Amino acid sequence: MEVDGSKLEKNFHNLREILLSKKSDQEDFTLNLSSERSQFTRFNQGKVRQTGVVYDGSVNLTLMADNRSGFCHFPFTGNWEIDREVACQNLEELREEISMLPVDPYIVLPGGEGNIREIHRGELLAPEKVPDSILTSLENLDFTGMYAGGMIMRGYGDSRGKSHWFATDSFNLDYSLIIAPKKAVKATFAGREWKQSAYINKIADGKKQLSLLSREPRKLPRGKYRTYFAPGAVAELLDMLSWGAISESSIQQGNSALSPLSRGEKQLSPKFNLKENFSAGLTPRFNSLGEISPQELTLIENGGLVNSLVNSRTAKEYNTVSNAANSSETLRSPEIKMGNLDFGDILATLGTGLYVSNLHYLNWSNRQTGRITGMTRYACFWVEDGEMVAPIENLRFDESLYDFWGEKLVDFTNFQDLIPEVGTYTKRQLGGSLVPGMLVEDFSYSF
Amino acid sequence: MWKELTQAIDHFDTTVDWMGIRAVKEVARDYYVRDGLPRSNGKSLTRGAMIEVMVNGSIGYAATNCLTSLSLKHAAQIAYQQAVAASKFRIYPLEKNTRPAMVGEYNTPLDQPLNFLSPGEINDLLIRICHGLKISDQIVQTSGHINASEKETWFVSSNGSEIYQKITSVGNHFGVIAQDGRVVQQRSNHGMHANCYQGGWEVLKQDKLWDKVQQVAEQAIELLNAPECPNIETNLVLAPDQMMLQIHESVGHPLEIDRILGDERNYAGGSFVKPEDFGKLQYGSPLMNVIFDPTVAGESASYQFDDTGAKATKQYLVQNGILQRGLGSLESQARSGLPGVACARACSWNRPPIDRMANLNLEPGDTSFTQMIEGIEHGVYMESNRSWSIDDLRHKFQFGCEYAKLIENGQLTKTLRNPNYRATTPQFWHSLVQVGNFENWQMYGTPFCGKGEPNQSIWVGHASPPCVFTNIEVFGGG
Repeated sequence: MEVDGSKLEKNFHNLREILLSKKSDQEDFTLNLSSERSQFTRFNQGKVRQTGVVYDGSVNLTLMADNRSGFCHFPFTGNWEIDREVACQNLEELREEISMLPVDPYIVLPGGEGNIREIHRGELLAPEKVPDSILTSLENLDFTGMYAGGMIMRGYGDSRGKSHWFATDSFNLDYSLIIAPKKAVKATFAGREWKQSAYINKIADGKKQLSLLSREPRKLPRGKYRTYFAPGAVAELLDMLSWGAISESSIQQGNSALSPLSRGEKQLSPKFNLKENFSAGLTPRFNSLGEISPQELTLIENGGLVNSLVNSRTAKEYNTVSNAANSSETLRSPEIKMGNLDFGDILATLGTGLYVSNLHYLNWSNRQTGRITGMTRYACFWVEDGEMVAPIENLRFDESLYDFWGEKLVDFTNFQDLIPEVGTYTKRQLGGSLVPGMLVEDFSYSF
Repeated sequence: MWKELTQAIDHFDTTVDWMGIRAVKEVARDYYVRDGLPRSNGKSLTRGAMIEVMVNGSIGYAATNCLTSLSLKHAAQIAYQQAVAASKFRIYPLEKNTRPAMVGEYNTPLDQPLNFLSPGEINDLLIRICHGLKISDQIVQTSGHINASEKETWFVSSNGSEIYQKITSVGNHFGVIAQDGRVVQQRSNHGMHANCYQGGWEVLKQDKLWDKVQQVAEQAIELLNAPECPNIETNLVLAPDQMMLQIHESVGHPLEIDRILGDERNYAGGSFVKPEDFGKLQYGSPLMNVIFDPTVAGESASYQFDDTGAKATKQYLVQNGILQRGLGSLESQARSGLPGVACARACSWNRPPIDRMANLNLEPGDTSFTQMIEGIEHGVYMESNRSWSIDDLRHKFQFGCEYAKLIENGQLTKTLRNPNYRATTPQFWHSLVQVGNFENWQMYGTPFCGKGEPNQSIWVGHASPPCVFTNIEVFGGG
């Protein structure tokens, strides 16, 4: 059951060869693999709540023939005999099934050039050392969150001979330091190499922030407040663009929050610049059709939409050009360009208003006007004349992106933070956002 | 399957307090058609097992998708090591009674098994739905989605549990986007994936399907020329398909005992409910009766045992408005000393069980829908969730719906678009003044209830009649 990445890579390529030998001349296929060996240790009150290891892997086989296609998704165990039998059986079933399906005029066959092979080795905590390494230095802190670490693999192969492989060791320690039900500091410690001293320093930083929270929280009335959003909060707002906004398919179907921007009816601030930037190697550049994204792709420049995310299927359907976006046309490695606001000038430039560290539970309150609602969360403060006065009771906001990334945008900071993707629905996610903090005038809070 | 699992337990030669294995095999099918053309057709097979080992009151787990005897043996050893490594840092010393010995079987009752319809027939149905929805050029997108799943679970343990459950479920969703210039509106069949049920293909209820298709399309067109929902404080009537979301977010999640114990504070959040509130807190008006009921035939999250082997029974969470018990597993009950229910659930073999909702239903009252509307001088009636957001303590929320009607002098009058409302949970439930009768009690669900670290998305069911709430702030899209 131990993970041998090179053995899994070899088995995956062998699986492609077996399927190649069994496919007919009229058939094409793509094969996408996700695999991981993950340590998950969950903490509450500086203690271990749950701990375990997950060995998981699966393959998605898409078969195309006679302008019809279907997929089957099955386990990839690393045991060659089992995996070969399951794959061959699924190919047979899929062949029978797609013959019953209607013709798909926008089917995309595998194509394109290039093979990618990226392997990022790291130095992670040994599983049995996770509780000790994380908890011993905490003393009596109420520490709550999760450590997720281990190797993640993604693979691609197709009937036209193309193949890609991406493997990385990585860990995320996503945690909160809490002193009262509504008073907490949120942080993430992530990377490929666990460094105990860096972790201890990170906890010490958190303790300093906690001391600011000890004052009585201030309850603010609804209204508009000048607000500084720390990078963690900006990343939450940016995530919304992956939900029916930056996708070309959404724009074409009239259901995108960026439709007014794409039609030229609205403009964002010239200070707002967004691109996909894969140079950090956090996530593979290949998509489920094996296409390779450009290392960088400008999306919004000087407040105008330059590119949406377009996959080959959308390109075929709407007669446009693909930029190798993923199947859901979501951001994978986004970066917002820095501005001019210096770290040391944040509070003075804010003057009087809100310092918001994190946001929570965002949703479109009206997608057509780009209106987003959500809550402030964790360490958020009332600032007066450049001084943090008190933490605030959480507020609900309801504001359009055409305002806070438009005329109300004062500036971005001249530094960025990498906010790692820590999601673990179904499997550990890859990637992250590189974002600055931002200062906004008259941000609307509803209650 | 039984043989491999019991052997893995019998052959494990290290002394432990308790050991259990939960194996899962799920075959899920997914069919999606947009604008009458196929978008996605396929099948997903998931198979694996989680081994839990209890040592010194600490549980460690190891999960693997390889079910050979060698692999299970190795997983058992790793689970043991995990339990040992965590034991000196455990949050609570668990006893063996948090994993009771149970033997039993549950199978979803169904009329038409999942091989009753072929993939071709399902695609034909979805294409017909899309064509039925396209009643005008102003309908710019039509879509139909059907998913079906057969999930088998085997649970065995060192203290003699032997449980088999087979859950068969079918969900469907269809809807449209309508556009007139810059005005864009969505309308669907009761909101996003709300039609999910246990059963076979009979749950599609094709006899009533075509009326719904016509209505969804017509209402989308109607919304294009409707005025915005006014910004006022008024009587709010919620249809059962929005009550589903209301119950889920503002009753279900805050009553999860693991949230109250703080497990979720780094992710989903805590709760405004405190341990001392149980048995005392007036959660809502005396008309409010909410039950945890995994025994309802056809509802999405029915089962006989949870994923630790606890036997599931119907229980009142809120009775006559007073908080009675929480959504807490045997583990959470032991940790908190609070009364709970059999709700330790895992989304699959690769995630550990945590406190979850199952079927959470609001019991019907005695007011008919007609009487309800006739008794309101001014108000807004809303249907089908479109937007949802609530704070981490499940206190301050803002929800939006697809479709609304103005209520004037006891009658439903103008259609309103972009309806939203906001309130705090206690204020909202205390303002409950009327509960509809059983005639209008409807059952929905969602397959996308997210929670937990590592994250888990699980299916839940919610049933409710329409209800009236007074003095609620409603507003439009702007």
